Parts: sequence; structure tokens; C-alpha cells
Amino acid sequence: MQEHWLMRPENIKKLWRIFIAILALTIAAEFLVEHEPQFGIDGVFGFNAWFGLLACAGLIALAKLLGVLLKRPDTYYEGGDD
Amino acid sequence: MTSLALHPGLVLIAGALVLAVLRGRARGAASVIVPATALYLAWQLPDGVAWSVPFLDYHLALLSGDKLSRLFATVFAIMALGGGLFALNQKNPLELPAAFVYAGAAIGVTLAGDLISVFVFWELMAIGSTLVIWSAGSTSAYRASLRYLMIHLLGGVILMAGIAGHVAELGSIAFQRMALDSPAHWLILAGFLINAGAPPLSAWLPDAYPEASWSGTVFLSAFTTKTAVYVLLRGFPGTEILVYLGLFMVFYGIVYALFENDMRRILAYSIVSQVGFMVTAIGIGTEMALNGAAAHAFAHIIYKALLLMSAGSVLLMTGKRKCTDLGGLFQSMPLTTWCGIIGALSISSFPLTSGFVSKSMISQAAADGHLLVIWLLLAAASAGTFLYAGIKFPWFVFFQKDSGLRPPDPPLNMRLAMLFFSVLCIGLGVYPDSLYAILPYPVEFEPYTGAHVVAQLQLLLFSALAFFVLLGVLRRTPTITLDVDWLYRRLGPSLCVGIAERLARALAGLGRSASSLLSGVLGALHRHHGPQGVLARTWPTGSMALWTVILLLAYLLLYYV
Repeated sequence: MQEHWLMRPENIKKLWRIFIAILALTIAAEFLVEHEPQFGIDGVFGFNAWFGLLACAGLIALAKLLGVLLKRPDTYYEGGDD
Repeated sequence: MTSLALHPGLVLIAGALVLAVLRGRARGAASVIVPATALYLAWQLPDGVAWSVPFLDYHLALLSGDKLSRLFATVFAIMALGGGLFALNQKNPLELPAAFVYAGAAIGVTLAGDLISVFVFWELMAIGSTLVIWSAGSTSAYRASLRYLMIHLLGGVILMAGIAGHVAELGSIAFQRMALDSPAHWLILAGFLINAGAPPLSAWLPDAYPEASWSGTVFLSAFTTKTAVYVLLRGFPGTEILVYLGLFMVFYGIVYALFENDMRRILAYSIVSQVGFMVTAIGIGTEMALNGAAAHAFAHIIYKALLLMSAGSVLLMTGKRKCTDLGGLFQSMPLTTWCGIIGALSISSFPLTSGFVSKSMISQAAADGHLLVIWLLLAAASAGTFLYAGIKFPWFVFFQKDSGLRPPDPPLNMRLAMLFFSVLCIGLGVYPDSLYAILPYPVEFEPYTGAHVVAQLQLLLFSALAFFVLLGVLRRTPTITLDVDWLYRRLGPSLCVGIAERLARALAGLGRSASSLLSGVLGALHRHHGPQGVLARTWPTGSMALWTVILLLAYLLLYYV
């Protein structure tokens, strides 16, 4: 069976390049639009880009940390005593 | 005063009872016609009280309309319509009637003008939704439905106590804005919040919803939490504590969804998170914020149902629900994949989808109030939402690795239901004025400014970058994550078992010492009164006479003293 084009490694590399180009475009677009910052901080260049990146990294770290304490095998409640 | 207007909720409930006895084509037709009728009736509702029914010393406003209640009744009826279409292939004869009773009761809450009617429909919702979970037919669903029912009955009792206190204090049953100035109002707020999935009892939602059938979860996602949003909007707008509770819910939902493996449990946690946005907005309490909460509830019901429809289709066609077992389904289920992606983009408030126009209003309300911290947290939450729901859900279910599964798209009616809701998600995003026109307050808000669109795209696309860079950390494992339900599923039972064992041991010890005491007493009795005992001997008459003399002397002495 022919592999779907999305599953081929060389295409995944291409998709990464396209994705990075789009990221660069959204940063570049800041020069084209009129800024309307609501507070001081959101007027900083590329604020939403780095804020989004950091927020996600932070959330993943938090989830990972809590996971150490709270993760159990998914058969944990099996056995019928709940 | 009772006008001729028909009650859309009661029509839906009556239709459910008819549906329960219908079979075949007639049942299929009724599954669509009944909610469509309810939708039409919801639009026809006049302002003010249409049905007033005397009850004890009060007049119940069973049917009462304004913009806010019409908005919720409308979206509930749309949900019942789309869900009815989606669930046509459901073999279980109980589920759809139960879902329509549930939907009708939810509409009943939104159209109730007094607290007693709210309470009656509130409890009817608990029964309908429990039956929906029950209909899945598995042991785990049955157990989950009982846990679910316990929590909601508890919530109902708290709400009833609050309403009774409110009526005793004020003598009025009218459902109006309340301040947190009495224990009764705190109880009412607590009763409402339990249904919203607020802490500390939020675990009922991700515990129970994913146990329902592939179609049942679609209905469950819509009504209970959003009626809670509705009653909070009407009863407690601008109550500050809601801001903090809402923000907690937002992040609780995100973090738990991030490490969840069950695709429908990811979406269940995300309901709590999204309802958190609405609760926060209700706490902010400005007209913009309340509009945002109402708009977000409307958009949320549709995109969340769409997401759960795509997950339900996957479950029906593959029989699998865990991310670790899925992947690569885009190759054979293209339509389900596209609809899932549209739902995922909407929940992430991607431009041109419904979530963009509704969530932006909530952020704007925070900005207008100069609430920097709240605004930043909401922005971080938007990024986080894209992380777990916008990308994680479609990625792990439809792409990721090739699981080898090649199921086709689901049957026609399910595809149509998904297309219907996809069109609504994009339609509301492209033409937001249609949504803004039915919001409770006038709207002066333009989501599509260049700066806003660019900012949102940056936020979301860089979240996607974080996802793919950190993909190794996010890899799914066959695990679950302990939540508050652990307290009543594990800690409570094991405490009870422990206490019972100790009690049994203590009782056994007590029994032993009691029996040794008893045998001691019996032995002593035997010694004194037995055949050889001192007291059993025959006494001579002389000693009795002596004792009598001693007693009489003692009496004489006492008499003179």
C-alpha cells in the first residue's frame, strides 16, 4: 500500500520549514498592523509570540511535575471496590 | 396570567416520552422533528412571564422569557437537534429519550422565572443525565452514573436549603440577582457551582461523562454546566469570588487535560476549563464580560459537541478510546478529521471560528477593567487551550503514528450532524453579528482588527511550536491521573473498611472481656450460693437470734444518738 504523503519523512521536513516560515510571517506582520496595546507589556515586540511559547512551556512543566505525584496505571480503579 | 405560548422544554420532554415507545422510521423522524419544534418555540417566546401557575402561597413563573433565557434555550434546542441527528444509529432505546428529557429540563431552567421552578427542572436534569450515562450499559458506566448522581443529589439538597432560606428571609421566590449577604445565598451559589464543575467537587465531570456511550457524551457536554453558567449569569453577576474560582477551573482543566490519555476525558477536562472562562467573566461582571460569558457558552456548546461527535465517531468505528491505541485515522476518516480540526480550532479561538469572537470578548472585558493579571492569565490559558485541545486532541487521535486502523467515516446522519455544527462554528466566526444580535446587552466590539488577529495568530502558532518541540515530553502513556474523586473512590472506602475492621476487632475484644467478667461473676456466685457455698449452708436458730439481738441493740443506740 502506498504511504500517505503526510506519513513520509521527507514531507514532514518540508512541513516543518513551511511552519517556521509562517511563524516568521506572523512576527513580520507586526510591522504592518496598527498597534493598540491595552497595557504596557503587550506593546513589547512579539509579545504574544514569546508569551505563548513561555506559557505553554510553563504549563507543560507544571503538568509534568504534578504527573509525578498523581499519575497511576489506568487499571488503578479496576477491581470493583469503587 | 397564562398566555397561549407553548413551553419548548415541556414539548421536548413530552416528545421524549413519545419517542420512548416509537421504533423504526417514525422514531428517526421524531428524533429530529421534536427538537426542531422546541427550537422554533424558543424563538417565538415573548418577553416577560407567559405561564404563571399557583402553587401553595406562590405563583410559579414556569415560562418566562428575556434575551438571556432565549439565548440559552435556543442553543440548547440546537444542541438537542444536532445530537438527535447524530444519535440516530444508537441501538439503546433509552438513551435518546433520556437525553431529550435532560435537554428539555435544561431549557426549563433557562425559562423559569422563579427559584422553585428552577429547582424542579434542575433535579429533572440530574435524573435525565444519569439515565444517559446509565444507557451505555457497561458496569463502569453504571458505577460512574451512581457516583455522578450522588454528587448531583448533594448539590440539589444544598440548592434546596439555600432556596428555602432565601424564601424564609425575603418571602419571594422570584429568581433575581442575589448578593452574598446571607448563608442562604452562599448555599444557592454552592449548589449552582457544583453543577458548573467548580472546585472542590469538579471531578464528577471527567469521571462520569467519558463513561457514556459514543452519542451520550455529546449530550452530556452541553447542558449541566451551561445551565449552571446561565443561573450564575442571572443570579450572581459581578461576584468577585467567581473570578478566582473561574481561573482555577481554567488551569485545572488545562493541566489535567495535558496528561490525559483517554480522548474523551481530555475533552471532559476541557469543558471544566472552558466553563472556567465563563465563570471568570461572570465574576468580572461588566456588560462586556457578561455578553462574553453568554456568547462563549453559546459557541462552546456547539464546538464542544462537534469535538465529542468526532471523538464519538472514532469510538464507534474503532471501539478504542485511548490515544495510545489511536493514530493515523486521517487516512480513512477524512471528514471526521476535518470536523474534529474545525472544533479544535474553534475551542482554541482561532480567527474565523466562533471561539475567536466569544473568547475575545472576555479578554477585552478584563482589559477594559485594567485587570492585568487576569488578562495575562486568560492569554496564557488561551495558549494552553490550543496546546491540549487545539493540537493535542486531533494530533494524537488522527495523526501521530500509524495505528494500522483503517475505519471508514461514520454513517451519513452522523456526518451530517458534524457538518451542521462545523458550519455553525465557522459561520459564527465569520459573521459574528448574528451571535452579537442575540446577546443580553448591546455589543460594540469588533474582533477582527489587524492587531488583534496578528496577536492571536502569534499566540496560537507559537503554542503549536511549543507543542511540537516538546512532543517527547507529551508522549502519551497508559495512565490516569488522580483527581478529587480519589477521596470518595479510594480514601473514603478504605477509611470505612479500616474503621469497620478496627470496630470489629474492638467489639470482639470487648466481647471476650465481657465473657470473662461474666464467668468470674458466675464463679463467685457458685462459690457462695452453690451446693458447697457458704451461703447455702443451713444456719442454726441460735445464730439468727444472735443477729436479731445485735440489730435491735444497734437500733436502740441509734435512737438515743
